[in-house]
Amino acid sequence: MISQLSWKIGGQQGEGVESTDRIFSTALNRLGYYLYGYRHFSSRIKGGHTNNKIRISTKPIRAISDDLDILVAFDQESIDLNAGELRPGGVVVADAKFSPTIPDGVQARLFAVPITAIAEELGTSLMKNMVASGASWGLLGLPMEVFNKAVEEEFGRKGAAIVEKNVEAVRRGAEFVLEQAGGPLDEFKLEEADGKQKLFMIGNEAMALGCVAAGCRLMSAYPITPASEIMEYLIKKLPKFGGTVVQTEDEIAAVTMAIGANYAGVRTMTASAGPGLALMMEAIGLSGMTETPLLIVDTQRGGPSTGLPTKQEQSDINALIYGTHGEIPKLVVAPSTIEECFYDIIEGFNLAEQYQIPVIVATDLQLSLGKQTSEALDYDKIVINRGKLVTEELEPNEDNRLFKRYEFTEDGISPRVIPGAKHGIHHVTGVEHDQEGRPSENALNREKMMDKRLGKISNLRVTNAVKADVPNANPDLLIIAMGSTGGTIEEARARLTADGITTNQIMVRQMHPFPNELLQPHLESAKQVVVLENNATGQLANLIKQNIGYHDRIRNLLKYDGTPFLPSEIHKACKELN
Amino acid sequence: MATFKEFRNNVKPNWCPGCGDFSVQAAIQRAAANVGLEPEQLAVISGIGCSGRISGYINAYGLHGIHGRSLPIAQGVKLANRELTVIASGGDGDGFAIGMGHTVHAIRRNLDVTYIVMDNQIYGLTKGQTSPRSAEGFKTKSTPEGSIETTLSPLEIALSAGATFVAQSFSSDLKQLTSLIEQGLNHKGFSLINVFSPCVTFNKINTYDWFKENIVNLEQFPDYDPSNRIAAMTKIMETNGMLTGLIYQNKERKSYEDLAAGFKQEALTKQDIKLSREDFDKLLTEFK
Repeated sequence: MISQLSWKIGGQQGEGVESTDRIFSTALNRLGYYLYGYRHFSSRIKGGHTNNKIRISTKPIRAISDDLDILVAFDQESIDLNAGELRPGGVVVADAKFSPTIPDGVQARLFAVPITAIAEELGTSLMKNMVASGASWGLLGLPMEVFNKAVEEEFGRKGAAIVEKNVEAVRRGAEFVLEQAGGPLDEFKLEEADGKQKLFMIGNEAMALGCVAAGCRLMSAYPITPASEIMEYLIKKLPKFGGTVVQTEDEIAAVTMAIGANYAGVRTMTASAGPGLALMMEAIGLSGMTETPLLIVDTQRGGPSTGLPTKQEQSDINALIYGTHGEIPKLVVAPSTIEECFYDIIEGFNLAEQYQIPVIVATDLQLSLGKQTSEALDYDKIVINRGKLVTEELEPNEDNRLFKRYEFTEDGISPRVIPGAKHGIHHVTGVEHDQEGRPSENALNREKMMDKRLGKISNLRVTNAVKADVPNANPDLLIIAMGSTGGTIEEARARLTADGITTNQIMVRQMHPFPNELLQPHLESAKQVVVLENNATGQLANLIKQNIGYHDRIRNLLKYDGTPFLPSEIHKACKELN
Repeated sequence: MATFKEFRNNVKPNWCPGCGDFSVQAAIQRAAANVGLEPEQLAVISGIGCSGRISGYINAYGLHGIHGRSLPIAQGVKLANRELTVIASGGDGDGFAIGMGHTVHAIRRNLDVTYIVMDNQIYGLTKGQTSPRSAEGFKTKSTPEGSIETTLSPLEIALSAGATFVAQSFSSDLKQLTSLIEQGLNHKGFSLINVFSPCVTFNKINTYDWFKENIVNLEQFPDYDPSNRIAAMTKIMETNGMLTGLIYQNKERKSYEDLAAGFKQEALTKQDIKLSREDFDKLLTEFK
């Protein structure tokens, strides 16, 4: 019995890799296994090699595995490109149609199944993905009825006849391979899962769900990889709550429409990736200057320019912190788990209103698109705080003055009234302004307004601004990172511990304003510090050096080839540094 | 009921004496009162440029945003609170140069927003450069040899983009302008009102006298039918875009708010945003 294994399906884009993966993993989720997925895909619709990998475990996992146990291949290219990952004794399930071969030097067992032939016999080659997944499910010896239920849900809307044919395709695939193998493979027999109901989703879905929970009722957005799933989810859900999603003409319209709607009093967000964020920069300044709440999600991908649109990177950090001309208050948060994707959005909406600032929630492609198990999400943690939003009726202002929307207060945050309120009329402008919002070039007013806006976030700290796993008082190594890399680092640390190297780990969640005081003691106590990030210039490491110091102790561990870190890569690099 | 005086505030505009924008401001104030609005029921969202300052000169909710983006901001306001009356406003550079993409798509989208463009065929606030509305050959600081680009026709573009309300007026004709703004405010959908609003400082060609000589008032054509799109396009071309009056109106097409599935009739701002436990559990089942 084993506690975890990795399964991958590969083929040409548009060949059913996605749907196979969906059914396969839904069934595993129902059985209570912890899952972590990785999609390898290109920026094209049909054609080109694509593959989905799932790691299946009886314990929580948050990382891609180094190796592979089962490869399902629709073509020889999928074998040639992925067989190298197979561990000795791994299995390839491939379509007999193309007379598959295992490359030299790879010790794997091949099951050539007449995948296309069986599918065609049942009516259409479209069902070959069902034959293939049936075959690999069969080898695992997992209960067939759970799989069939998932098939039924996938094809249910196409009618009972289609469901029946697909179930038959699954059965035939399993039957064929089990006859060849002489029954389910003992070495792939998974221990039983804990049976607890878990959630299985991508980060973008967790964030979109967070939007609905936070009371967001409008979204304005322009499609972009890897952010589009957020708008696709919200256009299905928001109308049920009276709201809607507007697909705008560009990202400038998306962000300014969101600013207009937030100004008018409705929680509204937009989501994009690097190229879109670049277009939004001027408007982010408007939000900061006019103290209008705003929530933006940036799903980081490979840059610069069009860069690597479907690949992993964490290279927007500088742009998110320093972008926009002039100086404004803003908050940049980077969730590091799927659960945090959900909770950070809710907290982000609250902080945007409490502090009247733009809030950017920055994920990376692997966190946004990697489908994975989420712990149960807690309804009782959904709290809505709208800050100094004035909801009671206002008294008339003296001498026909305007409402002091930008009143100087002790905490720098002014009462906020929304259009429609009687006696609340005030002006809002991106020009420097006085307490009523009137344009003002008065030097003293300018200084006071700048101090008010920039000062109000000086003590702003999100929940777990710095997430520390620090079992050692003076570790040999402190690893600092952000975003999706945390789970991979944890696995590497277990191996480093086995090597006798003591480690601590910190995920920086609040990127700006930088939580110096929370990070500094951990830097002080570590013998050596490794800052691990998916970019070429060490943007997070530079932030730490700039804000805190310890230049002599900090080493970069960078990966910018478009693929996420593997545990073995981190293990090796850290071992060499030590 | 509020009178037009209640839409005035105590701020002195920084426009040059004689600027056409003063009359546009007055027309908006009169139209708002005439359609029965209270000041707090109106939001004026403006762009950047001389004319963009208008949101600060009207006693109503006002947002003076960034260059070229008054329309997406205004549409966001309207989506959030459809009980508000929303006017977007700015100059020809704001709406037809940097913001042209938004103008065309706001027209297509047909949200219930009234867009008033103060068209002076020049960049005034930056002290005299060419605009997309400048005539060919027009000499400015940025076109010392005269503009060599075609003059953009916003009315033709609006019609071809599917506009449901297109009008044009002249700032001196306060009566016509006020009436057109009233009609725009009452129109259920997007309305474009282009207003010739002369720049007395930097445009010595398109002056008040020049407009008086060249304008063709649609009142001259008693048989003109503003519901006929082909006739509207023909008339625009025949008059080289110099016509004034209600050029086209489609009263049949529903606004975006009314077409969007599930979109609430009541202002979203009035909604209790807390999600019920039952709704939350229902949302989670999809991920199981």
